[in-house]
Amino acid sequence: MNLPFLPNHDDSSFFDFISKQHPDLTIGNRGLSSAPAGPDASRGVPPMTVPQATTVLAIKYQKGVVIAGDRRATEGFQIADRRIEKVFKIDDHSAMAIAGAAGPCIEMAKLFQTELEHYEKLEGVALSCEGKANKLGQMVKANLPMVFQGLVVMPLYVGFDVKRGEGRIFKYDITGGRYEESDYHAIGSGGKDARNTMREHFQKNFAEADALKLALMSLYNAADDDVGTGGPDLVRGIYPTAKCVTAQGIADVPDASIRAVYDGLIAARRSKET
Amino acid sequence: MPMPYYVSPEQMMQDKAEYAKKGIAKGRSIIVMEYADGVLLTADNPSASLHKISEVYDSIAFAGAGKYSEFENLRKAGIRHADLKGFMYSREDVTARSLANGYSQSLGTIFSQEIKPLEVEILVVQVGVNGHPNEIYRISFDGSIIDEKKFAVIGGRSETVQTFLKDKIDGQVPSLKAAVALCVSALEQTPNQKLAPEGLEIAVLERQRATRKFRRLSTADIKQLLAS
Repeated sequence: MNLPFLPNHDDSSFFDFISKQHPDLTIGNRGLSSAPAGPDASRGVPPMTVPQATTVLAIKYQKGVVIAGDRRATEGFQIADRRIEKVFKIDDHSAMAIAGAAGPCIEMAKLFQTELEHYEKLEGVALSCEGKANKLGQMVKANLPMVFQGLVVMPLYVGFDVKRGEGRIFKYDITGGRYEESDYHAIGSGGKDARNTMREHFQKNFAEADALKLALMSLYNAADDDVGTGGPDLVRGIYPTAKCVTAQGIADVPDASIRAVYDGLIAARRSKET
Repeated sequence: MPMPYYVSPEQMMQDKAEYAKKGIAKGRSIIVMEYADGVLLTADNPSASLHKISEVYDSIAFAGAGKYSEFENLRKAGIRHADLKGFMYSREDVTARSLANGYSQSLGTIFSQEIKPLEVEILVVQVGVNGHPNEIYRISFDGSIIDEKKFAVIGGRSETVQTFLKDKIDGQVPSLKAAVALCVSALEQTPNQKLAPEGLEIAVLERQRATRKFRRLSTADIKQLLAS
């Protein structure tokens, strides 16, 4: 029966609930269809610029997955933000990193967090790792209309599958297609550069320190070749962020250990120049 | 044309209230009690999977007595209300007071407009952080809302349990162990027999926990707390 003064909905998805009852709050429905958008040269309107990112990546290791991302957001040739956070904790066993238009990306991460918590509270059990990955795919698919407006949202999802006892990495395409990666993956404007580095150095059953080192080196190389990706900012002390997803939950890698890895890496590179 | 029988509004409301009270009294009791580090929720519930106590939001919990399908529906609507608010504004803007008001409005409207009232009694509880007091709201089948202090009882023969607790509770806020023991002995008053730890559903809102403060106690936890 319907309850007056309280929100009524039939299933356990928060995303479906707000899509039906509060469409203004959901993704993929911004009512921008008449607004000048995208690089539409034929109409002579300047392309709409929104803050973009990114290089984000994930690498599997012995105990789980490390997920990391740089901190730069750009707007055309301008830097929009130097310390944006692109890696989000979603729940106790999963995290996601984002590439694309910053605003909708952050909104999708927040919506996905709420979605998983909502499901867990209503049903009394959390979704399976696979279930979470599929749900995120549906949300990416719902954003498809916005892609034609130039507002791409591209997530990289990692989760620890408690039933299987292993970390998993999922990548997506703009239509919501979901593909599982067996070892590592990187997305964003510098994704290809990061993947090249990882291809050369990746090994199965990495220790945590090695996986973190490779992740940070891949980000460094991506920043070297891609203007959209920020490297470590030694003057301001801004470093890429990383999280470890394991059976014990999600742990932020402390800034000090990231800084230590970069100090070693930069010293090694510098010695090659002299 | 035959005229419908005339029933006075007083009579109608009285009948509905009696009907609802009868339904609620059929079940078993649930107790909410403040303890030193938070709020304790204890239910006499033989089922391990059909819960009477649930998390709603960071520092808010729900307990329902009466007809399962009806309070389950209320519980889900409450979680939707809380998650929507937290998503639209911020996590700290979700309050037990606003949720309790929503429940009160909803139950009150159904009681006066529908033929069958809901046979439920519910509790909305919020643990206070940063020096704020805990909040306990008891909402009845007719939408009446009562702001309780220290403890509250719903469902079953709640008066008996209430009288028992009133005598036992003094000025001191009990520790978790003492509060669990007190609640269990209070619940044992009505069936007048020992309750097995497996037949208890116990959860706490722990003040010290980060963000989501709700935690269900496992049977092992309960056994440990009850061991003297």
